[in-house]
Amino acid sequence: MPASHLLSLLIWLPIVGAIAVLVFGRQAQTARWLALAFAAATFACSLPLWTGYDTSGPVMQFVENLPWIGALHANYALGADGISVALIVLTTFAHLLVVIGSWGQIKDRVPLYMAALLGMEGVLVGVFAATDALLFYVFFEAMLIPMFIMIGVWGGPRRIYATLKFFIYTFFGSIFMLIALIYLHLKTGEFSLAAFANAPLSSKEQAWLFFAFVAGFAIKVPMWPVHTWLPDAHVEAPAGGSIILAAIMLKVGGYGFIRFSLPITPDASLEYAWVMIAASLIAIVYIGHVALVQPDLKKLIAYSSVAHMAFVTLGTFIALALVRDAGNAAGARLGIQGAMVQMISHGFVSGALFACIGIMYERMHTRMIKDYGGIGHVMPWFGAFWVLFAMANCGLPGTSGFVGEFMVIMASFQDQPMIAFVAAYTLIIGAGYSLWLVKRIIYGPVANDHVAAMQPLDMREWIVLAAFALGVLAVGVYPKFLTDLMEPAVQQIVSQLGQAKV
Amino acid sequence: MNPTMIAFNSADLVTLAPEIFLLGATCAILLIDLFLKPGQRHITHVLALLALAGTAGLLWQDADAPRVYAFNGMFIRDGVAGLLKLFIVLTTALVFLYSRSYMRERKLLVGEFYLLLLFATLGMMLLVSAGSLVTVYVGLELLTLSSYALVALNRESTLSSEAAIKYFVLGALASGMLLYGMSMLYGATGTLDLARINALADLSAAAPHRTLLAFGLVFLVVGIGFKLGAAPFHMWLPDVYHGAPTSITLFISSGSKLAAVGMAYRLLEGALGTMHTDWTTMLSVLAVLSLAVGNVIAIAQTNLKRMLAYSTISHIGFLLLGFINGTAAGIAAAVFYMICYALMATAAFGVMMLLARAGFEAEEIDDFKGLNRRNPWYAGMMAITMFSLAGIPPLFGFFAKLMVLKVVIDAGHLWLAIVAIIFAIIGLFYYLRVVKVMYFDPPADEAALALPADLPFRWALSLNALALVVMGVAWSPLLDWCNQALAASVPLPP
Repeated sequence: MPASHLLSLLIWLPIVGAIAVLVFGRQAQTARWLALAFAAATFACSLPLWTGYDTSGPVMQFVENLPWIGALHANYALGADGISVALIVLTTFAHLLVVIGSWGQIKDRVPLYMAALLGMEGVLVGVFAATDALLFYVFFEAMLIPMFIMIGVWGGPRRIYATLKFFIYTFFGSIFMLIALIYLHLKTGEFSLAAFANAPLSSKEQAWLFFAFVAGFAIKVPMWPVHTWLPDAHVEAPAGGSIILAAIMLKVGGYGFIRFSLPITPDASLEYAWVMIAASLIAIVYIGHVALVQPDLKKLIAYSSVAHMAFVTLGTFIALALVRDAGNAAGARLGIQGAMVQMISHGFVSGALFACIGIMYERMHTRMIKDYGGIGHVMPWFGAFWVLFAMANCGLPGTSGFVGEFMVIMASFQDQPMIAFVAAYTLIIGAGYSLWLVKRIIYGPVANDHVAAMQPLDMREWIVLAAFALGVLAVGVYPKFLTDLMEPAVQQIVSQLGQAKV
Repeated sequence: MNPTMIAFNSADLVTLAPEIFLLGATCAILLIDLFLKPGQRHITHVLALLALAGTAGLLWQDADAPRVYAFNGMFIRDGVAGLLKLFIVLTTALVFLYSRSYMRERKLLVGEFYLLLLFATLGMMLLVSAGSLVTVYVGLELLTLSSYALVALNRESTLSSEAAIKYFVLGALASGMLLYGMSMLYGATGTLDLARINALADLSAAAPHRTLLAFGLVFLVVGIGFKLGAAPFHMWLPDVYHGAPTSITLFISSGSKLAAVGMAYRLLEGALGTMHTDWTTMLSVLAVLSLAVGNVIAIAQTNLKRMLAYSTISHIGFLLLGFINGTAAGIAAAVFYMICYALMATAAFGVMMLLARAGFEAEEIDDFKGLNRRNPWYAGMMAITMFSLAGIPPLFGFFAKLMVLKVVIDAGHLWLAIVAIIFAIIGLFYYLRVVKVMYFDPPADEAALALPADLPFRWALSLNALALVVMGVAWSPLLDWCNQALAASVPLPP
């Protein structure tokens, strides 16, 4: 592979953009255009990552490695496999749409908002690209700062409670992970993920490390029962913040499980897989019911996110059980692929739904479901998009929501039909809350004068929703482009899982 | 190095060149200042900065030189001393730069301010280079006596006077403790030389002076705890921080803490390194108490200076953790932590001084309400400082914490590391509250702030805060420097 600085470019271009917006964007309109230019440029630069990834080549590509801290043997090491590539492209895509979507929604302190958004983008790409644990941790924590500012400044009435809870809650989890990383560093003498994965660890060490990682990642995903920060953060965040939170930030947790927990602590992961699977199933069933009764649109989608992200953890840990207990590598690949497709799909679907809610909120300034009704009559295009995304949310075949869930359920079935049975319950409960929501807000007679006065979608909003819809349908109709991209990485993970460390 | 033979060696003067230069320059400034009118104080200001620059230049020359003893081992020049002195001189220079307009507005910009600070700096330099108990004490007293007077500089303020009296009484008590401990060490070993104490300290159970040494150690640790402000010897700290003019608070929280770390290193590692199993236990108790007291009580503060005082206590707790395995790497991490903390403290108090106008002290946390709307740049600088104090990557403060945690885990004290991070999470709350007030709360007054047009101050402050970002990326050289300085100095030769 020739030396490539593509990943560095993708990290630093938006961060430079953030500084440029702060410095030159005194006028709100200048700030918006500047942010758009940087977001678009970053998205354009991320496409070669996807087209240039060689699925027959080595797993980690676009590798960069510079010494960073000599005394700790920590490096500025970047690299991307298919999983990272997919998530990075999703990140740049979602940020571009958020910049467009926030155009008219944010009127106060625009430069700061756009700078936080772009800074967030660079940091998130860094999380998915880092192959050095210390670098990963730095990016992992750094993303709290822009989101803290975003929720706190542009959020709803309880924003301060929500943003402090968000920050302290997630910091609480990740700092335990820091201890685990330092421990592994002392054990191996370096910080590279590859060295961590090869470190010989006793089963007791693995158990401690495993739970330290769980503390960090489970809160990020978030898994039941540590999901309680998410509804608050989502409800209070501005629309753009909600999109980034749901579409990208939650994925960091799932990504962390696959990148850290499985390779570094495979035996402990297997031993405690039942805990993770049980928590995932509880999330699917219980949180699904919680979503059903929410009177607040954003809360409903937030809880539905928790339920859908449970498929990611379910797929990840069922794969482990499959490959170790039954030697079923094909089933394990299916589980991990399913988890990954579910992450990408949920990125599109939840991002789109929060974008829709942002559009509704901008017109009505309420998030209560009871204030809406019959929007389909006044905003036909919007109604159509909403129905599509709701269908994807409940896993209709042909949309992206179906693919990931189906793969995870298939994999679970090979391990334990009962697990598949419980997981498949989401198809019912998901359809329940999604379709009932559609009925209440899109269909029926126009509820009140305010709804009747809602303006149809403008061009900008239409583009954002259409782009999300394209993603949902593309993954739903032809998921092969995604699974082919990730196949080498998934194969490598599964082959690593097969080898016990103890 | 025969202690009974007092020989004068002119080469010793070269070893002491930075100190001698600073002393000469300070005396010259003292004389020049006598002939200046109050309106010409800027001359003193420039001369004081030049004196510090000259000292820094001399220090820089020998930064990498191997360890040298002067005056029969009374004075040590080595890597640690050089490193700490450079940062002490830097923080003093920052105090001068930041204080000019603040002190002038309060009519406190008098010659004594400069002279006392320069003498305190000389005391600190002596303290971190001390090779004998006498030098430790002389350096310490030069520092603390100057500090008492500085705290009381604002004679008309009852708050300042109260703080100064409190500082003086408790400081004298601490000095007494230290002296008492020193006398026991002298009694047990018959020498004042730190390296010889280390060599002569006989720790076998049957040794006649085992108990005496242990008692001496306890008193030394108490004295060090007082000077650093570690709980439960922290009582003076919030009142002094609160009562002193902010410039002086800035000085006490940065330079003087660096010197205290140097003193702890000289006394504990230099003189009693063989007893490190005893003192590490004591220090870990102090560390946990400081973390708990500092972080928990800081939450209840509404005054930013008091909040930062408790935050200092918690940072001292973290710093002491670096000492607990008694290795070069551990003390290097502690020194690294203290340098980082000094930079953060100067930035935090610097922003407070910038915002303070005559008759209005930006001291209450509520004074910072809506700062982002009134002055986004300095709100940003304060936010960087707060996130760094909280230890959020990619800022400098995180990496300092990382190095200390690594030392603690390496020493096998996993539980201590967990206690430390739990208190770090609690501490997060009050730092975030400052950011919250600046960014999320509406300002009481929408008008843009009228800041002093003191460009050197504003530039230095911005650079100071931005250094926390830059050092977050490029902290490797400083860490290497700390490690090299300590590796060359530990263990001390007999």
